[in-house]
Amino acid sequence: MSKPSVRAGLLRALSWEVILLVILVGMMVGFALVAPNFLKYANIMNSTFGFMEKGIIALTVTLVIICGEIDISLSAMIALSSLAMGLASTAGAPTGVIVLIGPLVGAAAGSFNGILISRLEIPAIAVTLGTMSFFRGITYAVLGDKGIKDYPEGFLALGNGLIGETNIPIPLVVFAVLALVMGMLLHRTRFGRYAYIVGNSKKVATYSGISVANLKLAIFTLNGLFCGIASVLLTSRIGSTRPNIANQWDIEIITAVVLGGVAITGGKGRMVGVLLSVFLLGFLKYGLGILNVQGKVAIIFTGFLLILAVVLPDFVRRVNERFEYGSARKRAI
Amino acid sequence: MGDVVLEMRGISKYFAGVKAVEGMNLTARRGEVHAIIGENGAGKSTLVKILTGIHRPTAGTIRLRGEEVTFRSPRDSQAKGITAIHQEVSTFPELTVTENIFMGHHARWKGLLVDQKAMRGRVKQIVNELDIDIDIDAHIKDLSMAERHLVEIVKALSIEAEIVIMDEPTSALSIQEVEDLFRVIRRLKEAGKAILFISHRFEELRQIADYYTVLRDGQYVGEGSMEGADVDTIIHMMVGRKISELFPKGDATIGPVVLEARGLARVGVFHDVTFALRSGEILGFYGLVGAGRSEVVRALLGIDRKTSGEILLDGKPIVLRSPSDAIKRRIGFIPEDRHDEGVVVNLSLRANVTMVVLKSLCEGPFINRSKEKALTAEYCGKMEVKATSYEQEVKALSGGNQQKVVIAKWLALDPRVLIMDEPTKGIDVGTKAAVHAFMRELAARGVAILAISSEIPEILGMSDTVIVMREGRVAGRFAKGEADSEILIKTATGN
Repeated sequence: MSKPSVRAGLLRALSWEVILLVILVGMMVGFALVAPNFLKYANIMNSTFGFMEKGIIALTVTLVIICGEIDISLSAMIALSSLAMGLASTAGAPTGVIVLIGPLVGAAAGSFNGILISRLEIPAIAVTLGTMSFFRGITYAVLGDKGIKDYPEGFLALGNGLIGETNIPIPLVVFAVLALVMGMLLHRTRFGRYAYIVGNSKKVATYSGISVANLKLAIFTLNGLFCGIASVLLTSRIGSTRPNIANQWDIEIITAVVLGGVAITGGKGRMVGVLLSVFLLGFLKYGLGILNVQGKVAIIFTGFLLILAVVLPDFVRRVNERFEYGSARKRAI
Repeated sequence: MGDVVLEMRGISKYFAGVKAVEGMNLTARRGEVHAIIGENGAGKSTLVKILTGIHRPTAGTIRLRGEEVTFRSPRDSQAKGITAIHQEVSTFPELTVTENIFMGHHARWKGLLVDQKAMRGRVKQIVNELDIDIDIDAHIKDLSMAERHLVEIVKALSIEAEIVIMDEPTSALSIQEVEDLFRVIRRLKEAGKAILFISHRFEELRQIADYYTVLRDGQYVGEGSMEGADVDTIIHMMVGRKISELFPKGDATIGPVVLEARGLARVGVFHDVTFALRSGEILGFYGLVGAGRSEVVRALLGIDRKTSGEILLDGKPIVLRSPSDAIKRRIGFIPEDRHDEGVVVNLSLRANVTMVVLKSLCEGPFINRSKEKALTAEYCGKMEVKATSYEQEVKALSGGNQQKVVIAKWLALDPRVLIMDEPTKGIDVGTKAAVHAFMRELAARGVAILAISSEIPEILGMSDTVIVMREGRVAGRFAKGEADSEILIKTATGN
């Protein structure tokens, strides 16, 4: 009687987050063994510059997917917000203003998505497929094939800078703070709870007095805001606005979220998983880079993990059910 | 009596250790209508699902024409000559009658091409044999509910089924349509088919059934010939006690009018619906499926738009634009479809119970976990929800316990008005009694309850006032003791 339940309990404890952590640690150890430079503090810290912007956006995409929606206009919102910052900078705006304009334009673009999705009830995939081209198209129309490189010194320090005398990159700190805030929002507040409820059943949500439309509008606006924040860091880091900025980031970001254990069907997932997955994918690229392996090879590994992320929870559930069924049958007989 | 065509002996089925049916026996004979009688949750649907190859029994034997068989899939069961006509008719509305009938087993001609001519010919032949009046080229969406049932019967015959299972085929039909259906069933009898007929309506069973088997709580209770059978005896077998003992007596004092609807209408759906709901009162809404009862409630709560009419709370006109407006005024709504509208099955009991009142459990933006747990424990305890922990996902609970969670969720609101749509649909007898007791207790505390139900005993046993709806209109109003089941059916069907 107790044996199967102990076994089932162990399996349940083997949540996706734990598996991710094991894979992450295993991978770090593996890389450290073959490439001694891998674990060097400065190198590790430096590597985070490469994926913190994506990580920031993954935080709000987590909310988007949990509430049962999707957004594929992420990189287009980065481009639009970068364009706005570029134009402001060209017009002579100081760093402080530029840093405000980026996120604001991102939030506006996000709320544009949100209004179409929540008020007109158009499917998110259709809306953001449209705005993906629309926002990106505006950038191309304004910039042609030129870029804007005219940014003030102070602005350029943001995406590349370290905190004071330490080796801690500014984007890592921004990410850490935002991750904490979003983790609290998702798991501790009414807003986060409502996101889970809406992602599971819009009908139950409506009948329980939850405004599905307002929630979605807020989440998409927040998502745009975070794209804008990421755009500040990215534009500053590469020192220019180009129309093809952040091209094809969407799939990478959505991959990180789904790999983090957020169900693509909505209503399920935890922020911890997404954080682990962001670092797993980031450090994977960095490690393979040290080993001089092409980035394209990393895709194979990512793809494998992704399939595992989709298959494994279902597998664990089946095994659990078999145990429960087996013991229940014994009881019945 | 005809030859035995189907014999089930000692059939049991468990789902994750929960008994659905146990020790079930059933014998079907050619040219016989065999009624399967039992309350919701008695195991009728499971039995049908076993016969149609959807579920495999955990134990027991099934003999078909004397040979022991197992049904591997719905297709396998169909190939062995068993077909079921379900409660909710499953057809493709955009296709024609003929196309629906041959869905999944098209008459083939010259390899892959569908032989339209052969299909139409066969359908015409069956339609003529049964002497029914139906346009075989009409689209299903243009047919009435009754006509759709006939299409299903023709479909059953097109695959030359020997055993036809009918799961509450009359629940959505008018009296005239029921007559037509019975005429077709008699033809099927003459053709030597064995018919398993599931229904609660004793008047009907007397007319059409030859034999009966009674189930209760997933168990076989008994069987016998319908001729000379005593209805009281059958009811006693079915519920295990007499009807008079079924429903708790109420001792609520009926107070002033709390909620009032005046001339409520939604064009094309319902018209001129007026009623008053008093504190401590249980107002029953009876009617056939499609009479517009749920639609009235949906419009009342602002889920659907009403086109005219007024709603008054404590004598003052109010406007409810959405359920959230209703919740602010402590009007609760327990919807009919528990799975889709009542609970979030993938979330914990805690998240479900506190859903409506989450705001009151917050400090600033944050949910106070200990308050949340305390509230969950309080209301799950009150409702006696059986669960291993309040963190358990609701999908792991039985249907009856899930319904208790829905009720707990609305009790947490401390409602003044509680609207319940089919509050005991599809739950076991024990939970049903608990739900009824709760309705009484709430009424005694002064809550005004509006309960929609399609079960006449429930309506008669629980309501202080009954409103009967027919075709979107209020067709009758009865005070307690004024109506009996015959009057209710006559009012609801217009006969």
